[in-house]
Parts: sequence; C-alpha cells; structure tokens
Amino acid sequence: MEAVVDARGLMCPEPVLLTRRELQRLKKGKVRVIVDAAAARDNVTRLAQHEGWRVSVREEGNTWLLILEKD
Amino acid sequence: MRGKGLILLAGLAAGALAIWLMVAGNPPNMGLCIACFLRDISGALGLHTAQPVQYLRPEIVGLVLGAFASALATREFRVTGGASALTRFVLGLFVMIGFLAFLGCPLRMTLRLAAGDLNALVGLCGLVAGVGIGIIFINRGFSLGRAVPQARAGGYVFPGLVAFLLVLFLAAPALFAASTQGPGAAHAPVALSLAAGLIIGVLAQRTRLCLVGGFRDLIFFRDYYLITGLIGLFAAALVGNLLVGNFHLGFADQPVAHTDGIWNFLGMTLAGLGSVLLGGCPLRQLVAASEGNTDAAVTVLGFIVGAAVAHNFGLAASPKGVPAAGQLAVVVGLAVVLGLAALVIATRTTGERSVVRGSSG
Repeated sequence: MEAVVDARGLMCPEPVLLTRRELQRLKKGKVRVIVDAAAARDNVTRLAQHEGWRVSVREEGNTWLLILEKD
Repeated sequence: MRGKGLILLAGLAAGALAIWLMVAGNPPNMGLCIACFLRDISGALGLHTAQPVQYLRPEIVGLVLGAFASALATREFRVTGGASALTRFVLGLFVMIGFLAFLGCPLRMTLRLAAGDLNALVGLCGLVAGVGIGIIFINRGFSLGRAVPQARAGGYVFPGLVAFLLVLFLAAPALFAASTQGPGAAHAPVALSLAAGLIIGVLAQRTRLCLVGGFRDLIFFRDYYLITGLIGLFAAALVGNLLVGNFHLGFADQPVAHTDGIWNFLGMTLAGLGSVLLGGCPLRQLVAASEGNTDAAVTVLGFIVGAAVAHNFGLAASPKGVPAAGQLAVVVGLAVVLGLAALVIATRTTGERSVVRGSSG
C-alpha cells in the first residue's frame, strides 16, 4: 500500500497528525510526505521513526520529500 | 535525526541566561519573558501609555536576528503566508490578554516555577487545560489552512523591521518611551540582552523549541522531544535561583505576580488554547516569523496590539490582581476563541486534498 501526504504550508501539529493517520491506517508499506518547513520535516521524521518506519529525506527545491517505509 | 541533546542544551542555556539577565538587571523572575517583553516593546513604541512597562527589549531583537541568521545559514529560510492571517491576528491578540492576566508567557511561567512561585503552578494547570481543549478542536479538523510560497522579499520584512528598530534604538534611544520605574525600568545592559537574545534565537531555531508544543506533543503523541527543552529551562533556572538566593517557595509576595488563582488559571487556559490553535507559543511564533513565515509575523503583531489593548483598556493584571475588566476580557476571550475555532471547523472549505492513497507497491 502506498500514500502521499501533502503537508506543505501546514503548521504544527497538522503535518504530524496527517502522517500519523496514514501510518496507522496502512500499518506497513510506503508513505511519501511533502513538507516545506524544517520543523515539520523534523517532527514527521521523529514520529515515523518512533512508530518503527524507516525514513529518508530528500530536498527538492523549496520542499522536502520524506519517504517512510515499513516492511 | 537529531536527538534530544541539543534541545536540552537549548533549554539549559535559556534558563541560565535568564538568571544571568535577572541578576544583571532584568525584573525578578523575568530574565526572559516573550509576552512581557513584547508588551514592553508595545509601550516603547507608544502603542500604550502604561508608564511602568515601556522599554524596547533588546532580547526580542536579538532573538529575531539570531533565528533569522540561523535559518539563512542552514537554508531553512522559506517564505510562506496566506493561511488565515487575520484570524491569527485576533487569536494572537486574545492570547496576549490571557498571558497578561497571568503575568507571563510559558517561558516566564517556567522561570516563576523555578523560583518557587506556586501561582505559576496554577497557571501551568490552566495552560495544560487550554492545550487539551485545543487538541480536541484540532482532532475535530480545526485548521488555519495552507500557507503558500510567497516572494522572498516578504520574508525579509519582519526581521528587517526589527533590525531597523535596533538601529534607531542604538542611534536615538530618546525616540522610544522608556519606563523610569516598574518592571520596564529594570533591565540588563543592552549588549548582554542582545547577545543573550541572539544565542537563544539560534538555539530555538535549530531545535524548534516551543513550550506550548511541549505539552501538546506530550498529550497528543506521547512525544517527549519538545518538553525536554522545557525541562532543561526549568532545571537550569532552578539551580540558578538557588545559587543566587532567589528561590522562595509559596504563593504570597512573589515578584510581578498575583495570587488570584481563578484568573491565573483561566488566563493561561485562554492563552494555551489560542497558542495550540496558532501552532505554538510566542517564542515559536517569533522564530517562525524570522524563518520567513509571514503568518507568524502577523501573529506577533497581534500579540503587540493585544498588549496595547490590555493596557489601554485596563485589562492587564498587576501584583494586586486582575481588574474586573480584565476578568471580563478573559471570559470574552475564551468565548471568542472557542466560537471562532468551532466556526472554522463548521465553515472549512474542503480545499485541495492533503492525502492521496494508492495501492501500488
């Protein structure tokens, strides 16, 4: 299963909230999260790692793409 | 990613610097207070005429410039805006009225606790209650909407204005109103205040330190990251207060504080609720505004105008307590913020979808 969470322009805690809903719904697979604030990038990363997902971060222009994966 | 070490250090540094600033001349248990210092700046600019609380606090200037430089240096400066700016302004205004009923923001609340002021414990309970109510609204879909990228120039306006104020302050201090007695007259040397602000600005930008966020994430996600900063702040301030003989456990006779428990509680409930809806405490709003978030800059303007309203209309507390008009303002503030939050949920435009779901592997 795969999902994309577009959290650009949202202030805390919305990016974390949206991501958490997807992680809990999917349980495993791949979730891409797009953010444009460093605070959101760090908070989503922390949440995902806390829930046992692998996180890789890629900077793309003015945004960051976070790829969260769990087998 | 980053662990809790840096945010603990940021909290410890802020606590130690707050005690140093107090010893060097800042008001008692007010080495640092974002709400009080914005209120003093509001007075320095002549937006209110409460003589005891007028001073262009260099700590705020340093904080903004430190966070701005840090965001530029780490390429985290992103100019965005357009997410309910006017709603944020109004929320910021009422949040400030709440803080001035209690006499302090979460930063000063922590410093007061670390000095043994038990009235701050009542304020803390109120703050947590407000954060809890805010979380209910967020869970039910409250959102101030999506900010969009804006021209880079817009992001320079807020730090630019603050830098301009500093230049004016250093070149012609007589332009600004300045208290001759009261908390506004108590201040550390300008260079020390500015340097402390710069250091805290950089650390707060790097760690996203947010004191309301600390409670929010703890209740919401069982996440201890942000609260670690608050624990560091408390620990360093407690040790500092014990060392300088400024620890006095009790409710009565605490400096720049009152013992009216109901209004300490409700003032902070209003402020905590509003802050959660705004996405962070005044410190975080200042840092976000310095990182290019123009909505946060509008929120800061709301704080400054809120302080002016609080003093021009006799709403702000004093060591004697909260005046009747101030009590009414807190109740009205709670009604307005709760009503506004409910209305935002009820009238939300569906907007673009935030989540796209697929089934490919």
